[in-house]
Amino acid sequence: MRKAGDIIGQESRDTYSICVGPVHPALKEPVRLNLRVRGERIEHVDFELSQVHRGIEWMGTRRNPIQILYLSERICGICNICHTFAFCRAVESIAGIEVPPRARYIRTIVAELERIHSHILWAGVAAHELGFDSAMHYAFRAREKVLDVIENLTGNRIMKAIMMIGGVRRDMDKGQARLVMEAADFYSRCSRKLEKIFLGDPVIKSRTRDTGILTRHDCLALCSVGPTARASGVRKDVRQDEPYGAYPDVGVKAMTPDEITGETRGDVYDRIAVRLREIKQSADIIGRCVKDMPEGKIAHEDKANVLLGELRGVQGEGIGRHEAPRGEVFHYVKLVGEEAPYSWKVRAPTYNNLLSWIPMMLGAQIADIPVIAASIDPCMSCTNRAVVTGPGRRQVLGQDMLHDLSVKRTRELRRGLRP
Amino acid sequence: MKSRDFSRSLWVFHLNTGSCNGCDIEILAALTPRYDVERFGMKLVGSPRHADVLLVTGPVTRDMEDKLKRVYAQTPDPKVVMVVGNCGNTGDVFYESYNLAGPADRLIPVDVYVPGCPPRPEAVIYGVVKAWKLLEEGKRR
Ligand code: SF4
Repeated sequence: MRKAGDIIGQESRDTYSICVGPVHPALKEPVRLNLRVRGERIEHVDFELSQVHRGIEWMGTRRNPIQILYLSERICGICNICHTFAFCRAVESIAGIEVPPRARYIRTIVAELERIHSHILWAGVAAHELGFDSAMHYAFRAREKVLDVIENLTGNRIMKAIMMIGGVRRDMDKGQARLVMEAADFYSRCSRKLEKIFLGDPVIKSRTRDTGILTRHDCLALCSVGPTARASGVRKDVRQDEPYGAYPDVGVKAMTPDEITGETRGDVYDRIAVRLREIKQSADIIGRCVKDMPEGKIAHEDKANVLLGELRGVQGEGIGRHEAPRGEVFHYVKLVGEEAPYSWKVRAPTYNNLLSWIPMMLGAQIADIPVIAASIDPCMSCTNRAVVTGPGRRQVLGQDMLHDLSVKRTRELRRGLRP
Repeated sequence: MKSRDFSRSLWVFHLNTGSCNGCDIEILAALTPRYDVERFGMKLVGSPRHADVLLVTGPVTRDMEDKLKRVYAQTPDPKVVMVVGNCGNTGDVFYESYNLAGPADRLIPVDVYVPGCPPRPEAVIYGVVKAWKLLEEGKRR
């Protein structure tokens, strides 16, 4: 990765460099963007990661698999099911553990609840970046319901701690099933309302249509995943391509914008459309799962110490994949018959999607940066893989500037649209 | 000492020093309609120079050490520093990591600790109320 200095060194008389972050109000998490602009147009984009690197994979090789479950939840607080899910699948594939059908259904329900929570959170953040704070507050109020249901099912609002190797830790009773059904109905309706707010609004439309385009070709070349790829017309979804959990019984189809708006442009608008429609898709999946839920055991082995003893005896390598809200997450685990795994590697979706920032931002205006940056739903805490060390003086420019610019641009547009 | 109820609004600057986002979204939840601390005049601001309260989440990675110190220095006095979440308080699950400079109180003086992983929004609000009391009673730095 290049340093900020590389770009700054290339400045000529009519271009200048802007460094955004790592501490910046338009960024919810530390990351640093280095841009070279000519007038209002962006000519060069680069970014630096590593601000939130915590060395989780290394710590994992010093703990036993059940302790790693708790560690892997804390890779990312927003999508904590997806990392534990992928890790459990990797370990189960090594040890040849069969997950009971009821546990598979509960896992799927919780994973889809998480997708709803994550997509609505994202819609709120996107609205905030556009300067639509009322839509943001609407989205956040709608999100509280799914948090209540998650709390009822798992005991916690955020860190669910429900996954266990070989099953789940809590069962679901009739009352909870009713609550989950109610929530699924609510979110089917809510997704329609959100679509009306976001896709029907002329200001949002003119702000996001043809902004930050990722072509199908670039998307395939950069290996984008998740809603970012689907919005560019690539039908890619682990739930469809390699079904697991209860997905084989439900049958998931990757959501692309041509089914929603009739065309695929791969811009920010399409990404909004795909995510909002996926809320409805998740609600439908949850409804199906609750209706068809089989009876039976919820875990391969109830006692953690017996399970650990079993895992201590196995050797081999395994991978686990899961479609997280932001795309495919991939875990690789190698067990060598000891307490702790020999190796554990995590590949989170933002790692792939970050690169698509570059084609999206080139040629865009400075005021569009927050919107484009948010449109891939970046998650830095999943992504930071390496630490860049070494001295070098760095200057951080532009504090509130970007957000203000973005809000100002929306206002201007709104004025222009008024008859 | 009797406090003068909410005679001043607290402005908060939020700094993520390597958190997992769990605490950050609970802080957002505290600001949005269900918990709605904005009705007391509290809000997140974009610059530490406007803030009364510095809200730190995350275990402070080495990369963020210098930024944390600089943001602390940029926040005008009187100020209160609040650490939200177990990993900022003690390191929590990340305690043995090779890339931690924290926990936060090793680097800057901390006034209010909010434990939990993540703490519920109610706990965050309770922490802010404590911070506000410190400011009102003049026990701040
Ligand atoms: S305290 Fe827990 S939830 Fe909060 S940032 Fe740290 S690991 Fe995440």
